[in-house]
Amino acid sequence: MTPVLDLDRVTRIHPGPPAVTALADATLRVGRGEYVAVVGPSGSGKSTLLNLLGLLDRPTSGVYRLDGIDVAGLGERDRTALRGGRIGFVFQSFHLLPHRTATENVMLAQVYNGAPRGGRRAAALAALERVGVGHRAHALPTTMSGGERQRVAIARALVNEPAILLCDEPTGNLDSATSQRLLSLFDELHAAGLTIVVITHDGAVASRAQRLVRIVDGRITP
Amino acid sequence: MLRLRDLVAESVAGVLQRPARSVLTTVGTVLGVGAFVAVLGLTSTATGQISKRFDALTSTTVTVTDAGESAVSFPADADRRITSLNGAEAAGVYWQVPLRNPVIAGSPSVTAHSRANAGDLPVFAASPGVFEAAAVTVSAGRLYDTFHDGRGEPVAVLGAGAARRLNIHQLSGRPAVFIDGTAFTVVGIISDTRRLPELLLGVLLPRTTAENLYPPPDPVSNPARMVIETRLGAANLIARQAPVALRPDQSALLKAAAPPDPRGLRDSVDTELSGLFLALAGICLVIGAVSITNTTLVAVMERVGEIGLRRALGARPRHVAIQFLCESTALGALGGLIGTALGVGVVLAVALQQEWTVVLDPATVLPAPLAGAVTGMLAGAYPAFRAAAIEPVEALRR
Repeated sequence: MTPVLDLDRVTRIHPGPPAVTALADATLRVGRGEYVAVVGPSGSGKSTLLNLLGLLDRPTSGVYRLDGIDVAGLGERDRTALRGGRIGFVFQSFHLLPHRTATENVMLAQVYNGAPRGGRRAAALAALERVGVGHRAHALPTTMSGGERQRVAIARALVNEPAILLCDEPTGNLDSATSQRLLSLFDELHAAGLTIVVITHDGAVASRAQRLVRIVDGRITP
Repeated sequence: MLRLRDLVAESVAGVLQRPARSVLTTVGTVLGVGAFVAVLGLTSTATGQISKRFDALTSTTVTVTDAGESAVSFPADADRRITSLNGAEAAGVYWQVPLRNPVIAGSPSVTAHSRANAGDLPVFAASPGVFEAAAVTVSAGRLYDTFHDGRGEPVAVLGAGAARRLNIHQLSGRPAVFIDGTAFTVVGIISDTRRLPELLLGVLLPRTTAENLYPPPDPVSNPARMVIETRLGAANLIARQAPVALRPDQSALLKAAAPPDPRGLRDSVDTELSGLFLALAGICLVIGAVSITNTTLVAVMERVGEIGLRRALGARPRHVAIQFLCESTALGALGGLIGTALGVGVVLAVALQQEWTVVLDPATVLPAPLAGAVTGMLAGAYPAFRAAAIEPVEALRR
């Protein structure tokens, strides 16, 4: 079975001066349905890895296959389409639009991948229901708790049925009790077959994952 | 891939996100477009009134002036020569008789220093055609005619003002007016004229009579003139033909003045009156554009996170640029609509107050909101470019 994520000896050097090797010779395979946590101290190359995995950045050398597709040969247009369709992002600071309801925020993810307008609201409501905030469907993000906001953000990431959920410090802005409940949600999603990659420096988050990957000074140690 | 309806919906949502700011942003465009519509509307409305005032009387009057060096350049049969032209109704030659400190009175015994001396009254030589061409109203007696003129009879017609001054009110006693002792029988008094109102203050003598008795008029200070009444619309034609008809040998001796062409009048009003205001409206529009640019730039900076998110959700840089361009265009169009409404309102209010007929050209009013939209689009170009250049990596880390 082809892995969902396949990084093969990938290096990313930020051109200087001085040139900084943010990621060196990284090799990482994530199979379908895996739940992987990438941990490391700040400045270790976690963000660079996330940007490469999320097609927000290009490697200096090496091969990256997403869902079996070698993305190096793709133009920006195809990379964007792939990003919108196959990857669901969850950010530390949620990035919800403050003037739109939860449903509208989730529907925003369907604007750029050409989903028919008619089915969007139903899909958004289903996604909200799936992450347990169906009752806040018409609320504005400003009236929600942090946990609810992150759940709406996860619903937005899930609504296009991506191949992988890519999370960057998802519990960074949440208290520990809320974090625990969110991690339980990740467990449920994982149990339902979703592929999840969480990038974090929080040991509590990392301990819930099925597999742990460490990254130190730009080098991945499995 | 981005649908047009989604694009419009996202843009409108962006504008409505901050309604107060959006409205304030449009103020410049509102003023600019409003001023454009108001100025153009007021100009066309005012021009309409000027054309109305430009009435039938002035447009049927042609004046021919003697530009010769000496004597009178009009031939003796000048009246007949003009009235035989197609389009001319009546014509007459007149000039002020050059008298030096005359004694003019209703009695021969009045001397130069007497209070009864009305020496300051102008004495006109006027061919009989003048009465018809000037459209005079006779209040007493009759007018002299070609018979009197041809024979050089010593008769006079008094203008109402002159008659009062000479104390001549009725003609039953066959009164006379004495000019330097020469008697002229007063045959009639005119109370009104439509053209040449100066005749009402004067003593009018037949042309031949004046030529026999007095020197010709000074061609520089008081040249002989001819007044012609034309049919409506024939004035310019008659003005071209009259000098040649009168003096085929030397038409350059006579200068004919047609009434100003109403179309030319409108053009001059348009250019002179509205030029400055249109420039001001243009400045307003530029200020409006700058304010839209400014606000959109601020919005781009504020919404860096949103831009990054949209990129992560599959938006291409082009989509981000188009969205901000649409937002600024919508702002401009909104300002243009409000401005057009206000401009039309101003024109209406002014016209109502002046009791004018509103004249609004659809060619200026209808594209006005479009001008606002174009302004907004141009103003949004740079912010949209900046938004598209934002790196999602940087934007999402905020």
